[in-house]
Parts: sequence; C-alpha cells; structure tokens
Amino acid sequence: MASMRDIKRRKGSIQSTQQITKAMKLVSTVKLQRTKQRALNSKAYFSYMYNTVQSILSKAGTINHSYVTGNDSTNKAVIVISGNRGLAGGYNSNIVKLITKGDLADDELIMYTIGKKCREAFNRYGYVLADDYSYMIEAPDYVDAMRLSAVLLNQYRKGEIGEIYLAFTAFKNTVSHEPTLLKLLPVDQNDMSTDADDKDDVPMNFEPTEEEALELIIPKYVASIIHGAMIESVASENGARMQAMDSATSNAEEMIDKLTLQYNRARQGSITQELTEIIAGAQAIS
Amino acid sequence: MAEDNKNFELKIITPDRTFFEGQVSMVEFNTTEGQIGVYKNHIPLTVIIKPGVLTITGEQVLKAALHSGFAQITQDRITILAEVIEWPDEIDRGRAEAAKDRAEKLLAEHASTTDIARAETALSRAVARINVLR
Repeated sequence: MASMRDIKRRKGSIQSTQQITKAMKLVSTVKLQRTKQRALNSKAYFSYMYNTVQSILSKAGTINHSYVTGNDSTNKAVIVISGNRGLAGGYNSNIVKLITKGDLADDELIMYTIGKKCREAFNRYGYVLADDYSYMIEAPDYVDAMRLSAVLLNQYRKGEIGEIYLAFTAFKNTVSHEPTLLKLLPVDQNDMSTDADDKDDVPMNFEPTEEEALELIIPKYVASIIHGAMIESVASENGARMQAMDSATSNAEEMIDKLTLQYNRARQGSITQELTEIIAGAQAIS
Repeated sequence: MAEDNKNFELKIITPDRTFFEGQVSMVEFNTTEGQIGVYKNHIPLTVIIKPGVLTITGEQVLKAALHSGFAQITQDRITILAEVIEWPDEIDRGRAEAAKDRAEKLLAEHASTTDIARAETALSRAVARINVLR
C-alpha cells in the first residue's frame, strides 16, 4: 500500500488541477452564453443570405457565370475553422478528422486555416498550407471574413483554385456540435433545395442583370457564410470546452474521493500498527 | 382600412443583428441603378445597394446611412441584407468629414497609384453619413 505521504501529495495535486478545470469551466460557460447569443443574432443574416442566393439561382434559370459553372482548376481551397487553444474535448480533432478522413483527394487541397490547432495538425499530416488566419477566431469580425473571401475569390477568378470548401463546427445546441463541410463555390444549382422559399413563385427581376447581380452578391454570400461559420465555431468551441472541463472536474472529484478513502485506510493501518508495536513492547518488558 | 393596406413589412438584417423590423409605408434608398422609392405592391426585384441615405417612412420617418448590401423586394415585403448600416446617433461626424476630405484629396490628385474606385466608394460613404446627420 502506498504510504500516507504519497497519497496526500497525489490528492493535493489532483485538487489543484480540479480547481483549474473548475475555473475553466466557469469561464467557458460565461463565454458560451455570450457567443451563443451572437450566433443567434447572426443566424438570421446567414440563413437569409443562403435562401436568397438559392432563390436567385432557382428562379434565374441557367446562368452562365464562373461562380456557377466553375473553372478548369482541380485545386480545392478548404477553409478550416478550429480553435487556437486546446482542452476542448474533441472539438479540434473532430474538425481535422473531417478533412483527413473525408472524401476529398488530399493532394489537391490547399488549406486556409483559421485556428492554430488545425494548422498544427495539417502541418503534421503534410497538407499544403496557405496563409494563416488564426487571429480571426479570437474576435470574429465581418471585415475579416470579407478580407478572406476577397482573397479566395481573387484566386478563384484567376483560375488558381477550382473549388472552395468550408469546414466548421455547426452549433446545434449547447451540448451538440457537428463538424460540417460545406461547398461554397461553384454554387451547385441542382444541389440547392428550393422548397424553403417556394411559396412565392413569382419570377424575380434583377437590376442590373442576373449575371451582374450575382457577380456582386456572391462575394457577400461567401463573406457572410465565412463570418457565420466563424461565429458558430466559436460558440461550439466554448460549448465543447465547457463539457470537457465539466467532466474533467467530476472525474477529479471521483479520484479525490477514492484517494481520501485510501488515505484514511492507510492512516487507520498505521495507527493499528503503532498500537500493536506499543503493546508488543510493553509485553516484552513485563 | 386604407391606412393599413398601404403598409408592408420591412426587415433589415446585418451580420451582427436585426437592424430594423416593422411595418412601413415607404422605403427610399440608393442602388447601383439610382435612387429608388418603394411602396407596397412593387414588382419583385433584387437590387444592389450603393452608399446613400435610407429613409424609412412608417409611423415616423427614420433615416440611416446604408453603405452596402442588397435588397430583395417582393409585393408585400422588403428584405435588406445590409453589410454596413448605421443610425444617425452611431455616426461620428468628425470622422466622416475627415474621410470625405481625404477621399476628395485623393481623387483630386489623380495620382496613378490611387485606387479610384476605392476612393470613390469612400467618398460616397462619407457623404452618405454626413447627409444622414443633416
């Protein structure tokens, strides 16, 4: 049996770890509340934008624009959003797994990473990395999303990349977050479900023409989806961290209980032993 | 009853919040094709917004500086997806004036390094902000 001192030391170290995880849990709970509210606020814009682009494409018939038809390049840009910090359960590794175990051919991918954790992971796996945008995830801002979308669309127009994907963690609710891969460009006309907005079946007019309108709307569409994805990912990260820290805290509690039991048993054992020794000593004298 | 029938729904959403939501009788704003004013029963139309003053006429007249985004107009509803929009009390007048001067100077210089399109956008934004405050 381990000595009393050893048990006491272990218990102490677990207790201080538990204090840390408890504090982190509280911090991420507060952060979750805030980011969740933001995610809800921006969801309206995000989904309206998605529906509008959908309805434009479905009502406009065939549009001959490279945003819809695509270009010849086989390179695929993937924007991956993860956290800058660990200790968030499976949050970071799930999003990395989504790409590494996904259907996309690895050698054609160019990774645009938002978040240090996924950048480190993709670097380890030997993926082609583009610029690092990790600073964006600290405080997701629409201007940042616009900047990234401008960079990507520029390369898309030049034919350096043929497809743009977005990998992020969708925030379903506080306890469930789902790693999601979304195809941004070219916009898939067949893929879009039109049932959402089918009730107003009037043909839409465009000023200027459909092509020009699309040319102007798509950059906004891409930017708003990147922005929405960042905000949802941040909310998911805090949710995941809160859960991870909560279970870490309760695990620590369990271990402390067990060690307390062991400690008391050891103490009892040493007292009994001492008593036996004293009695044995007294008997030897008499 | 006539009063009620003239109203339609206006919804303005930005990436961060729902900026405005309510019943209005007329909306005016600036588009790439020029100024437009929209009443109820407008033909379905999607327009791209240019920096300008947004005037909402409902129970009271509200003004805001609308800088970019697009609007989807249907017969009984307008949805404006605004990337940048501000109420008058959110605008910093001094900054707007300074931006206007800066943009005007850039355009006047006509240097080859100047990004004309960008300077013009900056100028029209500043002008829109100042006009809203007036």
